[in-house]
Amino acid sequence: MIHQIIFLYFATVILVSALLMITRRNPIHSVLFMLLLFFHIAGLFVLLNAEFLAAVQLIVYAGAILILYLFVVMLLNVDQERQSVRANRFWPWVAAFGVLIAGEILLLISRSTFPGDAGKTMATPGAGVMELGQALYTQYLVPFEIASVILLVGLIGAVMLAKKAVKE
Amino acid sequence: MIPLSWYIMLSAALFTIGVVGVLSRRNIFIILMSIELMLNAANINLVAFSHYLQSLTGQIFTIFVITVAAAEAAVALAIIILLSRNRGSVYADEFNILKG
Repeated sequence: MIHQIIFLYFATVILVSALLMITRRNPIHSVLFMLLLFFHIAGLFVLLNAEFLAAVQLIVYAGAILILYLFVVMLLNVDQERQSVRANRFWPWVAAFGVLIAGEILLLISRSTFPGDAGKTMATPGAGVMELGQALYTQYLVPFEIASVILLVGLIGAVMLAKKAVKE
Repeated sequence: MIPLSWYIMLSAALFTIGVVGVLSRRNIFIILMSIELMLNAANINLVAFSHYLQSLTGQIFTIFVITVAAAEAAVALAIIILLSRNRGSVYADEFNILKG
């Protein structure tokens, strides 16, 4: 019972802050609502017995990616946003489309049964950080190495794109 | 205990909000953050299934999703800086230089 109340709290805050995030006029407000959303998603991960991922969510998403967004929003001029229109001219159609798709997915989910509905908890307490590391370095070694190459490409690409052209 | 379908419903709703944000907003920052929103919805799904199926694969894939999201955010923000330096705008509907 207490789990369900906690879940409903997290879900409500996540949905409300997501809606506020896509509707705010000032991008900085959007970034702050995104921060709230990431914190509550980390709470959901704790509820799902994935404490390591909750920490990763807070450190990488809230601590690194979002701060990068905040830096770039503050570097560029966002004052013009206050006067201009927020959404493009199709937004009522897009919103109706979104409601339609969400209703369809919710209808499908409510009519189907899931095998894990008994609600077992993970056998290993503490989300099995050791098991996670072992799986990451043995079974998923090749995707792990590819992810490191992707990070390297992202690093070099960001530096190459954003640097000013050097005069000869 | 919480049924698995609650997590999937939450993730579906979050994903739909992300889609609406990508399709309707003009500001590139909000569009990119909506993409992050969709990635987070997928993460919730993966972790929920990993919990209910007693398998760590979902958590491992969540780690990969977070890695790719970090790389994507870095490159995309560099592209935004370049765009606003060259075109003087951060609005997606003003980048119509390829339009015939």
